[in-house]
Amino acid sequence: MHPRRLIALAIAAGLGLSACLGTTGSGSGTTPPTPPINSVAVAYDISGRGDGGFNDIAYNGAKQAADELGLELIEVTAKLDDTDDDRAERLRLLAERGYDAIIAVGFTYAVPMQTVAAEFPLVRFAIVDDGTVTGPNVRGILFAEHEGSFLVGAAAGLWTQTDQVGFIGAVQIPLIQKFEAGFAAGARQANPDVEVQATYLSQPPDYSGFGDPPHGREAALGMYDNGVDVIFAAAGGSGAGVHEAAAASGSWSIGVDADEYRLAPEAVRDHILTSMLKNANVGTYEFLVSVANMTFTPGVVTYGLANGGVGYATSGGFVDDIAAELDAYAAGIVAGEITVPETP
Amino acid sequence: MARLRGAALLLAAPAAAAFLALVVAAAVLAAAGADPGTTLLDALAYGLRPETLVAVVNKAIPYYLAGIAAAVGFHLRLFNIGIDGQYRLAAFATAVVGAGVALPAPLHLALIAGVALVAGAAWAAIAGLLYVRRGVNVVISTIMLNAVATGLIAWLLSPERLGRLAPGSNNVTTATIAESGWIPAIPTPAGDLNGLVLLAALAGAGYGFVLNRTTIGFEARTMGFSERAATVAGIRGPRLAFLAMAASGAIAGLVGLPQLLGSSHRFGLDFPAGLAFTGLSVAILGRNHPVGVAVGAFVWAFLERSAQVLDLSGVSKEIVTILQAVIVLSIVVAYELVRRARTRQERRAVARAVEGTMA
Repeated sequence: MHPRRLIALAIAAGLGLSACLGTTGSGSGTTPPTPPINSVAVAYDISGRGDGGFNDIAYNGAKQAADELGLELIEVTAKLDDTDDDRAERLRLLAERGYDAIIAVGFTYAVPMQTVAAEFPLVRFAIVDDGTVTGPNVRGILFAEHEGSFLVGAAAGLWTQTDQVGFIGAVQIPLIQKFEAGFAAGARQANPDVEVQATYLSQPPDYSGFGDPPHGREAALGMYDNGVDVIFAAAGGSGAGVHEAAAASGSWSIGVDADEYRLAPEAVRDHILTSMLKNANVGTYEFLVSVANMTFTPGVVTYGLANGGVGYATSGGFVDDIAAELDAYAAGIVAGEITVPETP
Repeated sequence: MARLRGAALLLAAPAAAAFLALVVAAAVLAAAGADPGTTLLDALAYGLRPETLVAVVNKAIPYYLAGIAAAVGFHLRLFNIGIDGQYRLAAFATAVVGAGVALPAPLHLALIAGVALVAGAAWAAIAGLLYVRRGVNVVISTIMLNAVATGLIAWLLSPERLGRLAPGSNNVTTATIAESGWIPAIPTPAGDLNGLVLLAALAGAGYGFVLNRTTIGFEARTMGFSERAATVAGIRGPRLAFLAMAASGAIAGLVGLPQLLGSSHRFGLDFPAGLAFTGLSVAILGRNHPVGVAVGAFVWAFLERSAQVLDLSGVSKEIVTILQAVIVLSIVVAYELVRRARTRQERRAVARAVEGTMA
C-alpha cells in the first residue's frame, strides 16, 4: 500500500505543479510570484549521454539553463528495442511524475510526443530535430545543418589537393541528406573543379550507421584510396572511425556536431581539418528559459547561421588561412545572397 | 506422496530462480549506489498500476508469439535466431500488401494474416531447406538471413520504391493500411488493450493442440526426447525439421501483427530488431509450454515496463537486462537441479521396488 500511496502523492504533487504553471501561464502579462517551473527531464534516443556529440551538446544547454534557473534535471535513455509505445510510456511517466518541461532529443520521439503532449496540456515539451509535432505546448527545435555544412564544404573545396572530397553520412534519411547537400554545394562554390563522392553507412530502418566506427573507417579508407583527401563525416559515433582512417592514410577529415578536434585522441586530431558545429545547446537552453520566463511560444524554431545554431570550428588552426573566405560565405548565407540547397 | 514431492520440486525451480534474481538485483542496485528497497518497491508499485499492467500485457503479446515460435523450434533442438528477420520481413510484406488493396474488413484481415504467415514461413523455410539438404547449421543460416532481411527491407523501404516520407519527418514508413485492416483495441478502465491478444491466445492454443493432440506433434516430441528412438520408430527427421522451421517462421510472421494492425498501421521505426532473443528467452522461461511461455512473456514485459522508473532513481535501467539474464540462467540451472533430484528419487524408488521383489 505504502509505495502506491507515495506514487499517488508524487502524481498529485506533479499535477499541482503543472496546475500552477497553467494558471500563471494563462494570465498573460502578469509576473509570476515564484519560478513557474521546478524541474526538467531530458529523454535521449538509444545512444544516450556520453556520446561526446549531439546528445551531450543538447544536455549542456539544458544543464546550463537548469543551473541558472535552479531546476531539478533528470535524464532518461531509450532502449535498443523500443517501439513508439515504449517511448510514449517514457514521456508519459515523466509527465506524471511532475516534470514541468520535457525535452526529447531525436526525431524518433516525434510520434510518441504527439500523443503524450496532448494528454498533458500543462507540461511544456520540446523535441530536437523534428518539426512535425504540433500542439499548443510543443516546441520543435530544428537546425539549418545545410548552412553549416556549406561552410565546411567550402573549407574542404579550398583545402583539397586532388580536387576530390568525400561525404560519409550515418543513415540515408532527409536529416543527414541536408548535411550532404550543404557540403556538396559549399565545396563546388569554393572550388568549381571539385568532385564530391558521397556514401551512407546504413539505410533506414537500420540506424546502425550512427554508432559503427569500424564501418565508418572502412568506408573512409575506400574513399581515400579513390583519391579523396578530405572527408566530411556526418555519421555520429561512426565518425571516430573516419578520423582514424584519415590519420592512417595521412589525409583529412571533418567532424560533426561537436568540435571534434577537442574530443579526438592526440594521434588523430591533427587530421581533423574542422568540424560542422550543431549547437543543440542553444535550442534546449532557449526553450527552458522561455518556459521559465513565460515567453514560451509553440511551433518550430530553426537555428541557423543567423542565430548561432550552426557554424564551423577553428580548433587546430588549420582553417585560419581560409577563415576570411568562410566567414564571407557565412555572411552571404545570412544576407540571403547564397541559397543553400537542403536536398542533394 | 512421491508425486506430491515432484510437484513441489517443480514449483521450487521458478521460485528459487525468482529469489536469486531478486537477490542479484538488490546487490547490483546497492553497488550502483541506490537504495535497493525503495527502488525495487517503487518499480514494483509502478509496474502494478492498472494502467501499467495493461501496457505490460500489450508489450507481452509480441513476446509471447516470438516465444511460441522459438518453442516450436526447440522441440527439435533448432535455435531459430531468424525470428527477427522473419517477423520484420513478414510485417513489412503485410504492411505493403495490406496498404495496397481495398477489401471488406473480413477479407482484408484474412489476406493480411495469410501474407504474414506465408512470408514468415517462406523466409524460415530457406534456413530449413539449407539444414535438411545441406546440413547448414540453423543458427548460422538464420543469423545470415536476418542480415539479408534487414538489407532487403532497407532497400525496399526507400521513398523511391515502397517507402513513404511525410514532409519534415525522418521516419520512412510504408503507406498506411486502410481502416478495414485494423484490429480495434479492447477498451478497459485502465486503457486500451491490444485486440491482437486474442490472436496470441489462438496461436498458443493451436500450438498446444498440434503438439499434444496430433501425430506430427507426437513425432516432434518423440524426436525431442530421443532422436535415435524416433528414427528407429520410422519418424523422418529431416522432413520434421523442415516443417518445424516453416511452422516456427509462420508463427514468427505473426509477431509484428499486434503492432501493425493494432497500433502503427504501417511499417516503420516501430519494428525493432532483437525480438528473436526475447522469444528464445521467453520460451526457455516457459519450458515450451503454451501457458508457461505466456507467464514468461508477461514477466519479461513486466520487468521492462517497471524498469522505466529506474532512470528516475538515477539507476541505469540496463540493470533489468542483467535481471532478465539472471532469471533465465537460474531457471535453467534450477530445472537441471530438479531433474537430477527427480532422477535420484526415481532410482531410489525403483531400487526399493526391486529390493521388495527380491526379498
